[in-house]
Amino acid sequence: MDLKSADALRRELEASLDHARPRILCLDFEGVTFIDSTGLGVILGRYRRLAREGGKMVIYHPQPQVRRLLEISGLARLVEIYPPEGEGCKAYGD
Amino acid sequence: MVTEAKVKNSMSLEFLSLPENVGLARVAVAAFVAHEEVDLNDLEEIKVAVSEAVSNAIIHGYRGQLTGKVRVKAELTEEGLSIVVEDQGCGIPNVDLAMQPAYSTDPERMGLGFAFMQSFMDRVEVISEVNKGTQVKMFKALPSHKD
Repeated sequence: MDLKSADALRRELEASLDHARPRILCLDFEGVTFIDSTGLGVILGRYRRLAREGGKMVIYHPQPQVRRLLEISGLARLVEIYPPEGEGCKAYGD
Repeated sequence: MVTEAKVKNSMSLEFLSLPENVGLARVAVAAFVAHEEVDLNDLEEIKVAVSEAVSNAIIHGYRGQLTGKVRVKAELTEEGLSIVVEDQGCGIPNVDLAMQPAYSTDPERMGLGFAFMQSFMDRVEVISEVNKGTQVKMFKALPSHKD
C-alpha cells in the first residue's frame, strides 16, 4: 500500500462509503505486505470521514510489519485492530 | 554522511517519477542488502525509508509530473548501508519545517515521511535547493554486516 495503489484504494473506499454508508468499515489487511505513510494517509482520511459520520473502522489481520507501522503512526489508537484469531465482522453484527 | 569505511558493494538506479517506481526502488534496495544477512526488521525499515524518500521526490519534488528523474544510490560498507535518493525537482524551501513530524502540505498525507526515515535509519540528512532539487542521504548501521 503505497503511492502506486493509493489513488485507486482511496477511490474504491470512497465509493464503498458513498454506496453503503456503513456504520463500521472493516478492512482485511491479511494480504497487505507493505504500507508506508502514503497508504496510512489513505486509511486516516477514510477514518476521519467515518468518525465525522459517527462510524468507526476495524482493521483485521495486519501482518507484523504493517501492524508496527499502524502503531508507530498513531493510527492504532484511532482504529480497532484485531489479530488473525479475531472473529471478523460478525462480532459487530454486520 | 560521508563514510571512510571500505565499500563492499554499490548500486545506482535511475527511473522516471512514476508512482509504480516507488515499489521498484524499495525492492531493488532490499534485494541489494538482502545478501548481507540483514535482520528482517531492519530490512522492513529500510524498505519504508526508501519508499518515503522516493514518494517525496515524486509528490513534492516533481509535484506529480511523471517525467522527472529520480536516482537512488546505495552503498554497503563495513559499517552499514548508505542510501541517497535525489531528484532535480522544485526543492524544499524550508527543510527544517518539512522535517517536523505531522507537517504536510496535503491533508490526505500524514506528514510522517521524514519521521519514518528518521525513526528507521540511524542518520538522515536533507540537502535541498529551491528549483534545483533535493538529496536525501540516509545511513543505517548493520551490525551483522561486519566481518
